[in-house]
Amino acid sequence: MTQIPSQTSSNGRSAMAEIAAIAALAAGAVLALFLSLNAADPVMAFHAALFVAAGALGVIGVGYMWRQRASGRSSTEGYNDGVVKYGVIASLFWGIAGFVVGLYIALQLAYPLLNLDLPWTTFGRLRPLHTSAVIFAFGGNVLIATSFYVVQRTCKARLAGEIAPWFVFWGYNLFIVIAATGYLLGVTQSKEYAEPEWYADLWLTIVWVVYLLVFLGTLWKRKEPHIYVANWFYLAFIVTIAMLHIVNNLTLPVSLTGAKSYSLFAGVQSALTQWWYGHNAVGFFLTAGFLAIMYYFVPKRAERPVYSYRLSIVHFWSLIFLYIWAGPHHLHYTALPDWAQTLGMTFSVMLWMPSWGGMINGLMTLSGAWDKLRTDAVLRMLVVSVAFYGMSTFEGPMMSIKAVNALSHYTDWTIGHVHSGALGWVAFVSFGAIYCLVPWLWKKEGLYSEKLVSWHFWLSTLGIVLYITAMWVSGILQGLMWRDYNGLGFLEYSFVETVEAMHPFYLIRALGGALFVIGALIMAYNVWRTISGASAAKAAAPALAE
Amino acid sequence: MAGKKEVDQFSGVETTGHEWDGIKELNNPLPRWWLWTMYATIIWSFGYWVVMPAWPLISDYTRGVIGYSQRAELADTMAKVGQDRAARAGSLVDASLEDIEKDPDMQGFAMAAGQAAFGDNCAPCHGSGAQGGKGYPNLSDDDWLWGGSLEDIHTTILFGIRGDHSDTRYSQMPAFLKDEILTAEQVDEVVEYVLSISGQDHDQAKTANGAQIFAENCTVCHAEDGKGDRVQGAPNLTDAVWLYGGDRASIRQTVAESRFGIMPAWTARLDPVTIKSLAVYVHSLGGGE
Repeated sequence: MTQIPSQTSSNGRSAMAEIAAIAALAAGAVLALFLSLNAADPVMAFHAALFVAAGALGVIGVGYMWRQRASGRSSTEGYNDGVVKYGVIASLFWGIAGFVVGLYIALQLAYPLLNLDLPWTTFGRLRPLHTSAVIFAFGGNVLIATSFYVVQRTCKARLAGEIAPWFVFWGYNLFIVIAATGYLLGVTQSKEYAEPEWYADLWLTIVWVVYLLVFLGTLWKRKEPHIYVANWFYLAFIVTIAMLHIVNNLTLPVSLTGAKSYSLFAGVQSALTQWWYGHNAVGFFLTAGFLAIMYYFVPKRAERPVYSYRLSIVHFWSLIFLYIWAGPHHLHYTALPDWAQTLGMTFSVMLWMPSWGGMINGLMTLSGAWDKLRTDAVLRMLVVSVAFYGMSTFEGPMMSIKAVNALSHYTDWTIGHVHSGALGWVAFVSFGAIYCLVPWLWKKEGLYSEKLVSWHFWLSTLGIVLYITAMWVSGILQGLMWRDYNGLGFLEYSFVETVEAMHPFYLIRALGGALFVIGALIMAYNVWRTISGASAAKAAAPALAE
Repeated sequence: MAGKKEVDQFSGVETTGHEWDGIKELNNPLPRWWLWTMYATIIWSFGYWVVMPAWPLISDYTRGVIGYSQRAELADTMAKVGQDRAARAGSLVDASLEDIEKDPDMQGFAMAAGQAAFGDNCAPCHGSGAQGGKGYPNLSDDDWLWGGSLEDIHTTILFGIRGDHSDTRYSQMPAFLKDEILTAEQVDEVVEYVLSISGQDHDQAKTANGAQIFAENCTVCHAEDGKGDRVQGAPNLTDAVWLYGGDRASIRQTVAESRFGIMPAWTARLDPVTIKSLAVYVHSLGGGE
């Protein structure tokens, strides 16, 4: 009978939270309106107007939540899966958008006429649009969605907060819209993977802190004695990305009403900070975050225990400790001092086995379930993602060795390396997780078509293989042509000749990219048919087992 | 749920007793090969730190036992290349263009230097095979606007065409329609005449008037026979080589609006030996006179 008062007080707390959220959103919208009307440049006026619209929609959204709660139509019991569903849909949307832009700029490299001679469609603007769309929009939504799903299941606790998880989702996607439209309009800090300007960065910082609080709050409420390994990786990802994001984006705005800002760092310090950020975005966003996905979805799908608890501890801590040092390998043979290059290289080489620890744990978890690969295309996708992870985490340390880097740096080999990780590892493990999640979230017996998953798998795998082999060949060819001297000490090839030599490989790469896009479209169709299809006969209620 | 260890049926390995949402963990040891490989990379790194510059100190850094320095290595390599080149390039400084071309040693060096410099500086406009393109002359044929002798080519490279150097080669064709020197009809007629002297299909009815207009307006530069004048960089209009296209529409645009192609002066950008080498290289491409 203590149920009733606690219910009332929880209702009171919810109302307070809703009032506070509405007040904050309304205040933010008013501030943005003021900014929009007094903006120093049209981009700021436009972006502030987007913030006004988002604030207004946020007020309506929270008001809707209030009504649903007041009329008893929403429940704060059980798992909070609504926001996860939105995350899955957003992942698919941004993923396909990012892949298509990638294919388009791949074709621009083969056929420069496709720049269309318009400022908005030049390679220089579309390239950050592609990288941000696939890494932050697609990858970020996958990470937020899966982390919200996994942390609830493995803690046996509902997500902390009711409004906060929605704020994280919508706030993050607002950041993406601000970033993407900014790129097209020519707004950039000129820092790779950190192009958005100061106001977008501030907004992301707020969103990210709320994300951290939601995650920590859920861990705090957990009804399991131990914290599952996937959550260690998610937490490392969230905490480290916050640190990297804040430090690398320390800038001084020219005006508080204008878009432009200048970095606090200059020269080689700026370069080193940038690559400390850039490499650890790979390490903590694209590696730690997606290893968390692997640690939940691979054992879940294979229905086998994780291979080694001890290995997960040792490789987690060694990965976290070593990764943060490896950034200087992006600056070999530059103005960066010798000692920093040495540290960057040696820590990268030491990082090899800690990275492979995740691969071993992923693959060996399959022992006893290898036969499932014959019948389960989703599991096959997950396993192949781990294999690509292993391949690119071997290639990475190898390319960090100065003698190898002297050949590979600035060539297409780097692009190939990135994409074996991005397409093979990040995208495949995400696809696998989404294929698992969709029937679970929408309470279906299974996917609309297993056969289409198989088509997706094979088309994309072929695409990836074409992509990375083309880039290996062109990268090594490019590197060899650049360094080729004749007997009289003159360069054998001019730069233009090396560009000409790349053309056939750019075509093969575009073909590989096209296959990957087709695979993703098949997936979107399959997911859409699954969601709109008949529900499972006995939908398991999302109850929290006591 | 809590802490019940069990033995996995398949592997015979004990679990840790933890369980999350149905996921258990086996208590397998660290794979030996994995651990030993990690130790090996760590030992190798320590060794590398001893040998090479590695750790920052307060106002210095550990230099490493072999005293390696990337800057010193670069300076050494460049100095060696520079010495090698200087020895060979030295003889080109005072030699005449003709002498360079006749002497196999100097010619070999000039060709190598010229080819490298051409690729980095000239190919963006003239093409990597010097084949040119619309607005950028083909340098491998024998049709020259400003002359194709070694000396002519050398002068063009040194000072450019319609550039900002005081010695630049300069000429400008009037925009006959835009500047209202000729009417649209007259432009059409002179275009037909130009088509006729270059042996293309043309409107016979207009060529008589066209010839008259040509004689009055064009011959000062392009000469009475339309074969051009290299002193003024005026092209030969009777051959099949056209910088901006030889079809009716392109010729009409040239007459109506004129053209103004610019080549920069290279004298301040490249050293004298490189420019000499470029002249020899371009001269050798097939059209040198």
